[in-house]
Amino acid sequence: MDANAPPTPESLLPLPEAALHILMSLSDEDRHGYAVIQDVAARTHGEVRLSPGTLYRSIQRMLEQGLIEEKRERPAPEEDDERRRYYRITPLGTAVARAEARRLSELVRLAHASGFVPQKA
Amino acid sequence: MTLLSFYRLLLRLYPASFRSEYGAEMAAIFAASTAAADGWASRVALALRAGADVFPNAIRAHADVLRQDVRFSLRGLSRAPGFTATAIAVAAIGIGATTAAYSLLDRVLLRPLPFPEPERLVRVWQDQSFRGYRELEVSPPNYRDYKSMSHSFESMGATMSFSLNLVDGSAPRRLDVEGMTSEIFGMLGSRPLLGRLFGEADDRAGAPGTLVLSHALWAERFGADPSVIGRGVRLDDEPYTIVGVMPAGFSFPSRRAEAWAPMRFTEDDFQERTNFSLHVYARLRRGVSLEAARAEMSGIAGRLERAYPKDNAKTGVTLTPLQGNVPPQSRQLLGALFGAAVAVLLIACTNLASLLLARGVARRSELAVRAALGAGRERLLRQLLTESLILAFAGGALGVALAAAATPLAARLVPASLPVGGTPGVDLRVLLFAAALTVLTGIAFGVVPALRACGPRSEGLREGARAGASRSAGRLRAAFVVAQVTASVALLVACGLLLRALWSLQRVDPGFRADGVLTLGTALPMPRYMKENVRDAFYDRVLTDVRAMPGVSAAGFISFVPMTMGGGIWPIAVNGKESEAEETRTASLRFATPGLFDALGVPLRAGRPITDADTLRSPNVAVVSESFGRQVWPGEDPIGKHFFFAFDERTIVGVVGDVRVRGLERRSEPQVYLPHRQMGDDRLPFFAPKSLVVRSAVAPATLLPALREIVSRADPQIPVSDVRLLSDIVREDTAPRRAQARALAAFALVALALAGIGIHGLLAFSVSEREREIGVRVVLGAQPGEILRMIVRHGVRLAAAGVVLGAAAAYGAGRAMAALLAGISPADPAAFGTAAAIAIATALVGSLLPARRAVRLDPVRAIRSE
Repeated sequence: MDANAPPTPESLLPLPEAALHILMSLSDEDRHGYAVIQDVAARTHGEVRLSPGTLYRSIQRMLEQGLIEEKRERPAPEEDDERRRYYRITPLGTAVARAEARRLSELVRLAHASGFVPQKA
Repeated sequence: MTLLSFYRLLLRLYPASFRSEYGAEMAAIFAASTAAADGWASRVALALRAGADVFPNAIRAHADVLRQDVRFSLRGLSRAPGFTATAIAVAAIGIGATTAAYSLLDRVLLRPLPFPEPERLVRVWQDQSFRGYRELEVSPPNYRDYKSMSHSFESMGATMSFSLNLVDGSAPRRLDVEGMTSEIFGMLGSRPLLGRLFGEADDRAGAPGTLVLSHALWAERFGADPSVIGRGVRLDDEPYTIVGVMPAGFSFPSRRAEAWAPMRFTEDDFQERTNFSLHVYARLRRGVSLEAARAEMSGIAGRLERAYPKDNAKTGVTLTPLQGNVPPQSRQLLGALFGAAVAVLLIACTNLASLLLARGVARRSELAVRAALGAGRERLLRQLLTESLILAFAGGALGVALAAAATPLAARLVPASLPVGGTPGVDLRVLLFAAALTVLTGIAFGVVPALRACGPRSEGLREGARAGASRSAGRLRAAFVVAQVTASVALLVACGLLLRALWSLQRVDPGFRADGVLTLGTALPMPRYMKENVRDAFYDRVLTDVRAMPGVSAAGFISFVPMTMGGGIWPIAVNGKESEAEETRTASLRFATPGLFDALGVPLRAGRPITDADTLRSPNVAVVSESFGRQVWPGEDPIGKHFFFAFDERTIVGVVGDVRVRGLERRSEPQVYLPHRQMGDDRLPFFAPKSLVVRSAVAPATLLPALREIVSRADPQIPVSDVRLLSDIVREDTAPRRAQARALAAFALVALALAGIGIHGLLAFSVSEREREIGVRVVLGAQPGEILRMIVRHGVRLAAAGVVLGAAAAYGAGRAMAALLAGISPADPAAFGTAAAIAIATALVGSLLPARRAVRLDPVRAIRSE
């Protein structure tokens, strides 16, 4: 409903952590909401568990910002659940995720330079 | 309740649009997590976690929606600047008017007095209802007895107003000083800004004079110098020491007080039980009700009546709470003002709703497209309400600024007799009121158009739906127009009634000829001027010089200029006529010099005026007003009659016309004028003639420098004060009324203008909606005159309906403000007729432009445009 000119990737930084997790989860595969939660938990070895409220509010904002989009075509009927919506990352979403990753690694580089070297556990 | 249904309940906290989009999936995910939860503890933990997730996220989701709506509304409004500016201006007028009226109402009626526990403060009066005075000032001996005999009060104190001459090196200045017993400051819980307040030591007769300054006087006369404490000044030749300064905003018992001095009683003061001179205040003991105190005081009054059967005959006690002790005229005036403001707000709201309706019809297709794209009804409703609230808030901010600018103008509507300091302003209370009003306004004018725009089914895309939808919107707008005309007619009538009352008062004969008369005060410092021969020498010198001035035709001194002081009322006794009626007979006492009646222009009806031959060595004489003779000796010639008045028996030697001593609006007691040379030494110094009245053929103001010079030559210690044209004094007598009428007229004009805009808007819209129909009519042979009549008839019919309803409302309003009407009937035909004519005329003017457009319509294009 917003008819603004598309935003530049940098204008959306820094990205909320949940949004970056969702983009990462959608980077290889289109998923529905519950699958995103499970995937994020698996990637982080159970450290990050998105709550439904956080997930869907993030999804709503990301849809508005154009980082992700709802998939029109549904999976094969035997795998499909009527209630589920599938989301896919957009080119803008990919660009934003890259920009965010660059921003974070620059941050880490600066932290290194300041002597904040991560301890090996 | 299962966990899942609990979760579904929680989901209702989200905006409906969010819920319908994601609710099912969220519930499914939650359901999956409940599968793992077995046992009581883990289920509770799950429920808590769900709550912790939903609450913050729901709030954020609402904020997201709001942010979006605000952004969208601002964009939409900036695209329609004409609509936006009109809507904001209309909202500002409504909210501003109501806020200004409220700040006044709040200041005078609602806000607690600025003293701790003000509900325990009471005013004590003597009650002599049998002669028409339920609230009479208290005599010193009765005050002393009330105080010592009662137990209901924590403290009781008295005040009395004086005007004294302040002499402190620079030019002498007249000062309104409030004498008060030491209890008063403590009773009010007051603290000084500097120095100290009065203690019991200050009350003792013979103690050195002490003075507490008001903040305003301290700033004006002493340059807000903190070292003023301990400084000595002279008031009427008596030395006083400044001991304290009150903080800004403190005023008691009225806004007039500029300084406070202790009031001291001598034994002589306690001799006269009929000298009703003290304003008595008391603070109720904690836990004692007003009713209990009234019961106790009525018992005490009974005992005093038995002890002093003559002086205290039929004398009771009236207790009135200090809080809310507002004269009925002020109360009705504020009610009328607030009612007027609410009427303006109502008109503004209906006007705005009407504007939004029209905009809604114009935006039909846009809204329909949005609905078709999946924006739910709730989202559209929220969106439109956000828009109207944004308009309301912009209008509210502007309105508060308007109110802040208007309240100082309205200050003169606050009765000066109240202990509320300064002018009403816009403060936090008023701002809160304005904010609440704004929200209410925004919802009131936004909700109907929004509901309509989002209708049960948005059919805007279907062409055929258009006519039906706009026709019912038109009906609604017509109802709004009727409401607007109703409210403006009610206001016009009320305003007309007030104007009629004002004009009828201005036609009242004051009893003197005010044109070409200058009055000024020459306060005589006591005790020097207690002696009759000292005063006489002063009058003689001044009057001789003044009468020698070119252009001056008459001059004289009097105790008080008419209409500046209503008091000085004394009982009359006539020998051999001591009856019930005697007790109700009173007259106003004034001492005067020769020449006074000519100077004032009071006509001599019979006998002779006061002359220089009337001295202490000649018989006591009096000149009385016509009504005095009529009341005491009906049908007889009063010349030569005797009566007992102000300590002595007096013989009537002259009769003059009656003067409206108490002003044009109030009944005045008959007047008795006594020769100034028959005022004995050390007696009634309060009544010693201090006001000089000069009648001249030249512009009175040009006399002033010479008059000052003359007074200063006679006694350089005497300040000239209260220089006023007599005609100004008469004008000021009706000044509050003029202010009232002006305020109401302003409201009525605003209302009328808004109603006119409403009629114009409705008809203009209806013409553009009916272009095709009008085109067809023209093609079928309708004459321009018929088209014109059709449109104008539409407007006038609505106005007529409003006139009928408004007249009924106005009659009710007129009855409620009877005390303001000075005898004009609330059904005054002139006021009603004029209001109706103005309303119909406004409707005609409002229909003119739309009608012209309809007549000039090109029928071919109109028919083709669909």
